Amino acid sequence: MDASELDCIEMDLFVQALQKRHGHDFTQYAPASLKRRVHLLADQLECRSITGLTERMLHEPALLPRVLEGLTVPMSDMFRDPDMFRALREQVFPLLASYPHINIWQAGCAHGQEVYSLAILLEEAGLYERTQIFATDLSDRALQRASEGIYPAQEAQQWSRNYQAAGGRRSLADYCSAGYKLLKLNQRLRRNVTFAVHNLATDGVFCEAHVILCRNVLIYFSNTLQNRALSLFRDSLVRAGFLCLGARENIDRSPVARAFVPFSEPQRIYRLASHLDDIAE
Amino acid sequence: MTSPAAIAIGCSAGGVDALMTLLGGLDAGLQQPVLVCCHRSDAMDILGDVLGRNSVLPVIEAVERQPVQPGVVHLAPAGYHLLVESDLNFALSVDPRVNYSRPSIDVLFCSAAEVWRQALIGVILTGANADGAAGLLRIRQLGGVAIVQSPADAEATAMPQAALDLAGADYCLPLSDIAPVLNQLCHEYSHSQDPGRR
Repeated sequence: MDASELDCIEMDLFVQALQKRHGHDFTQYAPASLKRRVHLLADQLECRSITGLTERMLHEPALLPRVLEGLTVPMSDMFRDPDMFRALREQVFPLLASYPHINIWQAGCAHGQEVYSLAILLEEAGLYERTQIFATDLSDRALQRASEGIYPAQEAQQWSRNYQAAGGRRSLADYCSAGYKLLKLNQRLRRNVTFAVHNLATDGVFCEAHVILCRNVLIYFSNTLQNRALSLFRDSLVRAGFLCLGARENIDRSPVARAFVPFSEPQRIYRLASHLDDIAE
Repeated sequence: MTSPAAIAIGCSAGGVDALMTLLGGLDAGLQQPVLVCCHRSDAMDILGDVLGRNSVLPVIEAVERQPVQPGVVHLAPAGYHLLVESDLNFALSVDPRVNYSRPSIDVLFCSAAEVWRQALIGVILTGANADGAAGLLRIRQLGGVAIVQSPADAEATAMPQAALDLAGADYCLPLSDIAPVLNQLCHEYSHSQDPGRR
């Protein structure tokens, strides 16, 4: 048996141990990326092998938040894929404007870059006062960072370009204070955001949403888990509610995908089909 | 050598010309899938079109959850790491850059090496950083074949040199010789597998 086969055994044991010890289910994550992340985490925690990481995870409960953060590697930018945000502003917001109250669910919000992006757009559209954003993630540490809204200043230039490309009406600098190495988003942007732990692999519906954003989260899921998450979105959306996915996500393998019709196809914005009764599971 | 089942190629932005030469020289009847990771800015979406014009094999951007196809060149999309799952479907990730790069050659090579092991051929062309060296090492560790463009022949020497230093190579060739060697390695395979077929 070579190192690669041994590796597979160790991965299986790690995933099982994490589930049995802490109740976190990663069995339905796409294996290639998960394996890469587990190896990276083992290196960062100076474990000699995945088994070394498993041992620490089993015996050091305090390590769990660090493990979850490592396995979910929250990565995003403000206004990533600016065209999607522009489409939200120009095509979706005018339709939301007729609602007296708007719920938006950002599923897998990671470090919150897109939550603040969204809040800024809503503010500029005059919709923020009647909007509630639910920002969820399975990682406590990610949520903690998201609520702080502090990011490396080196990102500022790119984000500023993204903001302009997304149709921003002011300057991104108006929404944050920048230090030498860090920038902090104006905490007023957080006033209608609720951060909460929610796991797309195991948790259920918790709100009725007009818009759900879940971008570059499903790409880490198996087809089965992708289908589960999409079912959850279908059941959480209001009639004709909107679902925004990442630019390169493919949901063709999920039977539930039929519940969504393209609204702005290149920007990967979908709308819940209105005749749900006609759509079989 | 074991019969090759797939070819993975890595280069950085200066490598577009090199890729055009290489893809232009492959046999039209090649049965192996070709996976390409070429560093470029997230905005450069036209690489597939550019390469497609010069390639005898169809060039398409890899789509997540879709199968690796024989005789097709699959390109890692700008801004995403490309991986292969053991069921031979593609996966994408937006994990942090590796060697300042996303897509990263190391990420593609390592995942492809796990899947095809000794049946994978890894190719490193011209490039300006060390991405791909660790991936090529992984390919060799699992019994695959490594081809590196001779640094002297490369527009940018850093990438092939780093690959040679870390992983070594089974073939170190000028660019013009790489496609013929790939054709030969893959051709021998189809005949050794099915000697009765011509």
